[in-house]
Amino acid sequence: MSTEVTDKVPAAAPPGKSGGSSDGNLLQLVLGGLRRNMRQYGMLIALGLIVVLFQIWTGGDLLLPRNVSNLVLQNSYILILAIGMMLVIIAGHIDLSVGSLTAFVGAFAAVLMVQHSMAWPLALLLCLVVGAVAGSVQGFLVAYLGIPSFIVTLAGMLLFRGLTEILLKGQTLGPFPDGLQKMGNGFLPEVGPKTNYHNLTLLLGLALLVFVVLQEIRDRKRQQEFSLDVAPRNLFLLKLVAVVAAVLTVTMLLASYKGAPIVLLILGLLVVGYGYVMRNAVFGRHIYAIGGNLPAAKLSGVKDKKVTFYVFLNMGVLAALAGLVVAARLNAASPKAGLNFELEAIASSFIGGASMSGGVGTVLGAIIGGLVLGVLNNGMNLLSVGTDWQQVIKGLALLLAVGFDVWNKRKSGS
Amino acid sequence: MAGPVLEMRSIVKTFPGVKALSDVTLTVRQGEVHAICGENGAGKSTLMKVLSGVHPHGSYEGEILFDGEVCSFKDIRASEHRGIVIIHQELALSPYLSLAENIFLGNEHAKGGFIDWRETLRHASELLRRVGLDDHPETRVADIGVGKQQLVEIAKALSKKVKLLILDEPTAALNDEDSDKLLNLILELKKQGITSIIISHKLNEIRKVADSVTIIRDGRSIETLDVRSAETTEDRIISGMVGRDLDHRFPERTPHEAEVDAAPALEIRNWTVHHPIDQQRKVVDDVSIQVRRGEIVGIAGLMGAGRTELAMSVFGRTYGRYTGGTVLKDGKEIRTKTVAEAVDHGIAYVTEDRKHYGLNLIDTINRNISLTALNKVAKRGIVDEHEERQVSEGYRKTMNIKAPTVFEPVGKLSGGNQQKVVLSKWIFAGPDVLILDEPTRGIDVGAKYEIYTVIDQLAAQGKAVVFISSELPELLGMCDRIYTMAAGRLTGEVPRAEATQEVLMRQMTKDKEVTR
Repeated sequence: MSTEVTDKVPAAAPPGKSGGSSDGNLLQLVLGGLRRNMRQYGMLIALGLIVVLFQIWTGGDLLLPRNVSNLVLQNSYILILAIGMMLVIIAGHIDLSVGSLTAFVGAFAAVLMVQHSMAWPLALLLCLVVGAVAGSVQGFLVAYLGIPSFIVTLAGMLLFRGLTEILLKGQTLGPFPDGLQKMGNGFLPEVGPKTNYHNLTLLLGLALLVFVVLQEIRDRKRQQEFSLDVAPRNLFLLKLVAVVAAVLTVTMLLASYKGAPIVLLILGLLVVGYGYVMRNAVFGRHIYAIGGNLPAAKLSGVKDKKVTFYVFLNMGVLAALAGLVVAARLNAASPKAGLNFELEAIASSFIGGASMSGGVGTVLGAIIGGLVLGVLNNGMNLLSVGTDWQQVIKGLALLLAVGFDVWNKRKSGS
Repeated sequence: MAGPVLEMRSIVKTFPGVKALSDVTLTVRQGEVHAICGENGAGKSTLMKVLSGVHPHGSYEGEILFDGEVCSFKDIRASEHRGIVIIHQELALSPYLSLAENIFLGNEHAKGGFIDWRETLRHASELLRRVGLDDHPETRVADIGVGKQQLVEIAKALSKKVKLLILDEPTAALNDEDSDKLLNLILELKKQGITSIIISHKLNEIRKVADSVTIIRDGRSIETLDVRSAETTEDRIISGMVGRDLDHRFPERTPHEAEVDAAPALEIRNWTVHHPIDQQRKVVDDVSIQVRRGEIVGIAGLMGAGRTELAMSVFGRTYGRYTGGTVLKDGKEIRTKTVAEAVDHGIAYVTEDRKHYGLNLIDTINRNISLTALNKVAKRGIVDEHEERQVSEGYRKTMNIKAPTVFEPVGKLSGGNQQKVVLSKWIFAGPDVLILDEPTRGIDVGAKYEIYTVIDQLAAQGKAVVFISSELPELLGMCDRIYTMAAGRLTGEVPRAEATQEVLMRQMTKDKEVTR
């Protein structure tokens, strides 16, 4: 039907401008890609800027291997929550209960492991089940009874905080068995000959590198097999180099201290897994569909209630996991654990590109948003900025990120 | 009769890409009830928006004279100040405020910023009595029916010292009894010297209340007739409304000889649906239709005829409260209680409102096309992105969707291209029966032709197509058979050979007589 001869124009180049040199096309392609994913690239660039600034201000302390390790440990639980929160927000909802649920699961873990000396792997499993049950009850109320998620989870926030205090009788409970502690503070074990670096971390880093590069190449091949337009060769190489450099840097930094924290491994698996689900699984697509336009999704046969239910159930499980990590890291369950975690997770999602009305956002975005907040926290701690000013600055960062996005959208819209 | 109170001269109004009004002249005499008549999309509502200042002075060409003075309204307030009040199709009342509060909203009886409740209530009950309502002024709007709400709107208009009252399809959402009440009120107000303009499709209504009628077609005023004259029959009005010739706007189509022996692909029997809120009202009343493979069957009807309601209630009960009827596919009764069931049985419904019900505007062409039939490009719940992209690239080319890539957000496309995405999405779902609801609404002529071609191809492939449209020429050009509906009832079935615009329009405007 179409008489277009410009079908082979590379993806992002505007029609009619295909005749230029390949360099011109490359630039256009990069710029086009940047424009379309402004929010995410914008935040990635902002994150880079923040890192560089604090690196200078702290006289190089920020990127010391020891501090990078710390940064991961300090922020892991917020990042875990942010992944789940991103899904909830994409679906067009909100979950205010995760901070309290985190504390509650921590308390439950303490009761099982400390008071009843239950074997820690079994207790861990039970805790995840408790999280799933809590999430599914809230999910049921939101999805099937139609109570607004704000109300349901606000109630959950009060409820789980109260239950935490009841469980702990207002006291702090600890210490936890070694096995669980490793989840919060532990590093991968030392193996092999003595080098100046952590061997296992290096190996893992290399394995990751090989995997990523192979994956990218395979992906490109598949695209060609389906005779789809692929990005030009130089751009592809540029992307590969950037990815390799990033993976190598982080690996070397971690390997020159105690190695990769165990929680980083957990987090890595979550990011890859959830990223894949949101992009490639039918379930993930349905979450975007109901958040983007609920009536249209319904009329397309998407089982909106079921999807909403599972999104909340999932949030419950992730909140339980975060609760275990917090408890393990502090080596105690406290009634005040997890305070304001829900707000940090929500802020991370919005900084990372989520929209109040739902339908947009990525798991990677939530991680980037969480890291922006994490680096701000850590950097300001290093500079001994008080928590009072830290709050002010984090608030401004959130406003700035979302404000920039709104401004950018309006500019391109009109 | 008195001289003109309102003159609109050579009004032209252009929206980006569409000329909504190309030359309209309207003269309304003092103290009369003036009807405006025309097909959906003829430009009636746009004209009234120009008059009331919704489209401000300067955004249109032409001249408006009211009471002999040239008017240049910059917003609704300015026109209301002169005594021109418009009551829109969608009522503009705040449901949780009282009748009195609604009547004086934005126009409160207040002293120093504080509401004078005694005066508010006194004045409100006086106005309510004038429109024939005896409800207490402190009743919440949400607690009264749509019919009464319409009367409250009129009371609100009266509070603004209305001289010219404009009613945009006031009875479209009302049952017979409420309609009668409203029409009588219009006559009553006429006696009190209030001039009214009433936009309506219902010819019997026009005969009952109007003194004259202006017919608008394709953005032009065609003629003004004296309703009281014996020459102005319903047929006369109908021929004014439809009188346009068919040129080559449709693909050549050889009607497919439907295999009469085989059971119809889709048959709907005695389908009845009630309004979701106003439970007394039957929106679809005992409708039975059938469509065979390879056939394109039209459903004609004016606004409020119940066509969309019929389609949506069959398609997964997505509209109203089902109260009876069965659906048969290839002669076997099927369940279509959920959208998923309907889709599994090979039924597709392409909505008339693509922006709200058809597309996820913030997502890409790619993902919009694949959504309904994701499992076709997925294995064990995991989508193969490359296959998905290949599929949507294919539709981009065959359907001629004008976009640089399939990763363009659908919201950025033009109406015609958006419609092609919705169609692609449902064709990809691989249905046997396609219900197309106003598939060419709001898109330009070129894109229309492309969509007609696609519909024709679908029928040629042996799909059964139900084609709902308000544009009669389009139905006449495309369909093998046309059903007509009015006020929720089936009022006729016309084979292609016998169908003319006049025949159809007559059946579409049959309001109360039961004719089957």
